[in-house]
Amino acid sequence: MSDPDRPNPLQDLQDRRVPRIPGPCALVLFGVTGDLSRKKLMPALYDLANRGLLPPGFGLVGFARRDWADEDFAQVVHDSVREHSRTPFREETWAQLMESIRFVQGTFDDDEAFVRLKATLQELDNVQGTGGNHAFYLSVPPRMFNQVIAQLTRVGLTEHSPGRWSRVVIEKPFGRDLTSAQELEKTVSSAFPESSVFRIDHYLGKETVQNLLALRFANQLFEPIWSRTYIDHVQITMAEDIGIGGRAGYYDGIGAARDVIQNHLLQLLALTAMEEPTSFTAENLRIEKQKVLDAVRPPRDFARDTARGQYTGAWAGGVKVRGYLEEDGIPQDSRTETYAAIRVDIDNRRWAGVPFYLRAAKRMPRRVTEIALVLQPAPHLPFTDVAELGANAIVLRIQPDEGVTLRFGAKVPSTQMEIREVSMDFTYGGSFTESSPEAYERLIIDVLLGDPPLFPQRAQVEASWRILDPVLDYWASLPTTPDPYASGTWGPESAAAMMAASGRTWRRP
Amino acid sequence: MILTLDDTTSAGINAQLIQARRNQGVASGLVFTMIVVADTWDFDRVLRACVDAGREHPSRIIVIATRTETETGLDATIRMGEDVPGEVITLLFRGELAQHRRSTLVPLLLPDSPIVVWWPGIAPARPGSDPIGELGTRRITDAMGAPDPQQALRERAASHSVGDTDLTWTRLTRWRALLVTALDQYPATVRSVTLSGNRDNAPATLLAAWLANRLAVPVEQLASDGPGITGVVMHTDAGDIAITRTDGALAQFTAPGLPCRTVALRRRDINDLLTEELRRLDTDEVFEATMETLSERYRREGEGA
Repeated sequence: MSDPDRPNPLQDLQDRRVPRIPGPCALVLFGVTGDLSRKKLMPALYDLANRGLLPPGFGLVGFARRDWADEDFAQVVHDSVREHSRTPFREETWAQLMESIRFVQGTFDDDEAFVRLKATLQELDNVQGTGGNHAFYLSVPPRMFNQVIAQLTRVGLTEHSPGRWSRVVIEKPFGRDLTSAQELEKTVSSAFPESSVFRIDHYLGKETVQNLLALRFANQLFEPIWSRTYIDHVQITMAEDIGIGGRAGYYDGIGAARDVIQNHLLQLLALTAMEEPTSFTAENLRIEKQKVLDAVRPPRDFARDTARGQYTGAWAGGVKVRGYLEEDGIPQDSRTETYAAIRVDIDNRRWAGVPFYLRAAKRMPRRVTEIALVLQPAPHLPFTDVAELGANAIVLRIQPDEGVTLRFGAKVPSTQMEIREVSMDFTYGGSFTESSPEAYERLIIDVLLGDPPLFPQRAQVEASWRILDPVLDYWASLPTTPDPYASGTWGPESAAAMMAASGRTWRRP
Repeated sequence: MILTLDDTTSAGINAQLIQARRNQGVASGLVFTMIVVADTWDFDRVLRACVDAGREHPSRIIVIATRTETETGLDATIRMGEDVPGEVITLLFRGELAQHRRSTLVPLLLPDSPIVVWWPGIAPARPGSDPIGELGTRRITDAMGAPDPQQALRERAASHSVGDTDLTWTRLTRWRALLVTALDQYPATVRSVTLSGNRDNAPATLLAAWLANRLAVPVEQLASDGPGITGVVMHTDAGDIAITRTDGALAQFTAPGLPCRTVALRRRDINDLLTEELRRLDTDEVFEATMETLSERYRREGEGA
């Protein structure tokens, strides 16, 4: 790859048109038969190739139990690209990709299969010129990580030698509590240094993170009010309108808090509450996120400051849906929560006394992820008979329809002095997302380039578990089951009570 | 929604825009105004490219055309909503009004945000001092839209001013990215370069200028049957690093001691080019430097002849 002593004369840092193309490398996908591979990863690879971002000298290796030849796997990739890719299908792009596709048949306990995998990668190095650089994408349940990594190590595929790299991509959940997260980390770090580990939260694309950073730090408008001086409280919501679908095996025993709050919502909290980083390098960003996560204090009074629920069968959005306990594969006595809400506080100068309310839930009325900063009421209203006025709010909409909403009061025209709340909306463009790259494209290209990811690093994962573990322990200690709420409503009574305790209410997102 | 306004004025169009926005409840998140001078170009193709580019950059796009031989007047259509993320306004200037297009355009520019002027076909000799070009903070021309692209590129180089760009340059982005990668993968000192491309392919000439500017070595340009640029060979002491593309779609990358690799290198359509071009509206330093090298070359050729 490029040598710092001999800079590439064609490269120019001022040249912002020319995209960075990774060096030659091969990507190994474990779990190619899964939904994620077919719907996201393979199409993302194709889209990258189509945008001219895959290097000449690329290899894609699938590893699975199926008895497939290279061509069968290529057909699977072809079909998934045809169905799910974002950019139009082009023969020449497919021709480039097809040459690079290999398949290795085997199971994770099959030593021979990993020897074959190594031979396949060597063959790719020779024929495709992939240069001995390998990225391993573990799209498999975390309990398999140990085995896969041990096998890779055994055949010498995780060895680092000069001029060659070896990287690993893992997905959430990163453990189910602090202890298991640490164990997982031990396994991963035994084979890969921290800089070679890419943890991904597919809810939180790099694009979204950068949009958020741009809004906060490229403007003068928001910073002055971004503190306890003007903000009353913050609500971070991720609502899904779907149930658990076919994911009973994954979801039961995990629940909304582990599935979403631990990674996604706490990352959003960190990005919202952190101080301005000295620069936008991954390292400086990490420092600020870490600082604020370390300052987050779990709830003091668990009974008052947390709420959990489980959806029951009802009509939701015009469809009759089953309750959580009636879903396929869920035990009748399951106490897994599908609604989780907690209050945390941040013990620092900027945020002391400003509660952050986090909620994550399934079977809500609609799908929405947003961060709402609710401002304090105006200290004095010089109008006499003004009906109750809601608080001003800055709402950062994450999905769908990414953008920003400002809520403020305006006088109703031609009335005495009637004031009503209005919204001012900014959207990143109606069909904007169509042409902006998918989170997975950004992720894969970061992995291949070796760009330090904006995704959480080990210390952040552990800090997040430290915040959540006491809540999970408390819930586990309760003799009761989660509070029921009808599908298609905004959660159980107890969640409303939790806000009412401090005289606040949940926004209707 | 498409609104047609025959025989109207700037004020009439503005009134309709406000009305339409109110009816649709669309929040205005438009990022710039783009004026498209479509006198000499296929109107529908321009419109399609604009709608496509507007998807990534919601904006107010004003496509203008002229018909001089008729009665003086202005006909307009306004497209909003549905498949158009921003607003697309088409203006047909008739008769004497064709001489005063700028006066109609000024009231229709969005406040504060940048203004882009695009000539998909024949562009004025000096875009920066053209009455409509002067409105723009960014002027986009396309030498390949002219009858003689090489001559058009020569004119561009002679009249270049800050804020001017040409789609000839945009056509090169993928080639340039691949050439950068080639030297990343095979870091060797390049002694000279041979480039081949279709005789009237202006991008080939510009790519030669970029290579000469970056590498400071002789660049020989050969004529081939195309399509477009067909190959770049960088000569090094150890052998040639070559990227060849004879079918306009799939390229071969070879370097000494490395296996031959295939890579997709499609010729891009106008929608794609425009979308890339609008992604950044600040000065492209590399393009400026390349144009400088190019006009230097033209000057030398002029003296030699």
